[in-house]
Amino acid sequence: MAGEVPAIHAVELTKHYGHIEALAGLTMSVPRGEIFGFLGPNGAGKTTAVKLLLGLTSPTAGDAWLLGEPIGRAGARRHVGYLPELFRYPAWLSPAEVLRFHCRLIDLPRTVREDKIEAALTTVGLRLRANDRVGTFSKGMQQRLGLAVAMLGDPQVVFLDEPTSALDPVGRHDVREIIRALRTRGTAVFLNSHLLTEVEQVCDRVAVVDHGRVVASGTLDDILGGGVAVRLHVTGVTGLASLLCRWGQVVAEGEWVTVRGVDTENIADIVAELVARGARVHAVEPQRQSLEDRFLELLSAADDGAAA
Amino acid sequence: MKALTIAMVTVREVSRRRLVLALVVLSAFAVALTGWGFSRLPGIRDHGVPITAADLTLVSSQLLIFVLFMFSAVLGLGAVMVASQSVSGEVESGQALAVLARPIRRAEVIVGKWLGLGALILVYAAVATTAEFLVVRWATGYLPPHPVEAAVFVAAEGLVLLTLTLLLSVGLSGITAGIIALMFFFITWIAGVAGAVGTVLNNGPIEAIGNISRMLLPSDGLWRGAIFNLEPATVVAVASGSREAAANPFTSLSPPAAAYLAWVAVWIVAIVGLTIAAFRRREL
Repeated sequence: MAGEVPAIHAVELTKHYGHIEALAGLTMSVPRGEIFGFLGPNGAGKTTAVKLLLGLTSPTAGDAWLLGEPIGRAGARRHVGYLPELFRYPAWLSPAEVLRFHCRLIDLPRTVREDKIEAALTTVGLRLRANDRVGTFSKGMQQRLGLAVAMLGDPQVVFLDEPTSALDPVGRHDVREIIRALRTRGTAVFLNSHLLTEVEQVCDRVAVVDHGRVVASGTLDDILGGGVAVRLHVTGVTGLASLLCRWGQVVAEGEWVTVRGVDTENIADIVAELVARGARVHAVEPQRQSLEDRFLELLSAADDGAAA
Repeated sequence: MKALTIAMVTVREVSRRRLVLALVVLSAFAVALTGWGFSRLPGIRDHGVPITAADLTLVSSQLLIFVLFMFSAVLGLGAVMVASQSVSGEVESGQALAVLARPIRRAEVIVGKWLGLGALILVYAAVATTAEFLVVRWATGYLPPHPVEAAVFVAAEGLVLLTLTLLLSVGLSGITAGIIALMFFFITWIAGVAGAVGTVLNNGPIEAIGNISRMLLPSDGLWRGAIFNLEPATVVAVASGSREAAANPFTSLSPPAAAYLAWVAVWIVAIVGLTIAAFRRREL
């Protein structure tokens, strides 16, 4: 069944540039309709991964498939959209002409071309500039045009490499909406980013990559270690640590106690237990570790591992 | 089919650049200026005696060769400048990324660029030579013996330079590719002149320089073909008996051999093939 073929599937995908290992054995699978965040600092290998998947660069080792077709074949890119990190479009053409050119490249039927072009330009907010020269555009407008190019022809997979790097807050918001709309339509989105908030707000799953290696991957909950930390202000009871240790890892500081790794379902039970033991509970503060903290933690752990 | 799409967008993009506008305006100006110059020729008096029809033909044909040399050089330089930016420029700027991520083969991109830029070269060669021939005919009544063939040779010279520059631009930055292509262009022209001198002096090694350079880069060989088609039979007959005339870089005593023209076709196909192979290996 076609629906079972993942949008992106990579096995030990590796790329060396001389002695530099840009990507070290990337193995992953992105189902259709999923927003997959590829997160990492500059130079981590994010763009290399995208270029390999799109056949712009050839892998040193490993295999990968786009919509079931081996990468590197022109056919694998038939239903794929791409906004490069280095986005640039012919300066002497208008956005409508650039999109018409791409319509021909993806063999979009002539009868639907103009409608698709208008829809794409409307979505990215360039409809009123459709016939101006691209060379007169700001970087932000060129990036919007790049998004329109990437969405053209209802692709089944869209690669967005740092899609908001040139955009203002309004533009960033628009991009998030566009990405969510793509998911609703069943399109898989591979989002390369070093902007944690961007990833946190839209991605279903995330892989954190550093020095060409995936150091963590999974849903955001998986990455964030599952559960939350709960900070409680409790008086009137002794032996708090032993009382609470079955819910999670406990750190007590005077009248305040923090329990880490608590399932959110259990917070009410903790409070009920404390009250049943005669404690007075003055405050309950569930705290979610931010992706940023976790990201920095993962990168520093990866660095330590590499140094060891 | 995708190659045609690339060709069409290449034509559209290049033809909108100021470079092309400048080329068109200056070429029109050059045609007008040379037309005015040629129109003065019939009125020239040699020691008080009006110039003879034979002399008018001789002078007109020689001057026309010079003018066409200018046009062929402009065409060659223009081809080099535009082609040198076309592959590496687009790779470096990132423009190539969005295109090559489409279901298109790299061979189609190269063939498309060659066709698009080649079409522009053909149009320029056809329009510039036709305009010049018509103006000269109006001014002096002279028309070269084989105008169409001459124009084809001028265009082919441009195509050869385009082909070489596209190959260079796959691996080198635009400026480097352009400068190297221009150096090859001038070196083969000089080697061609040296070869002609070698022929006159019966010096085998010097003659070989001209022949080998014409094989490696056929631009000068094709220019010689253009000259031959611009020379009236009387000029060829007179020059054949003169050692000095035979060594003149603006004289050609024989048309290029059919085998040489076949070699040029093979050369173009081989270099385009090499360009495709190099582009396939290029990491983006």
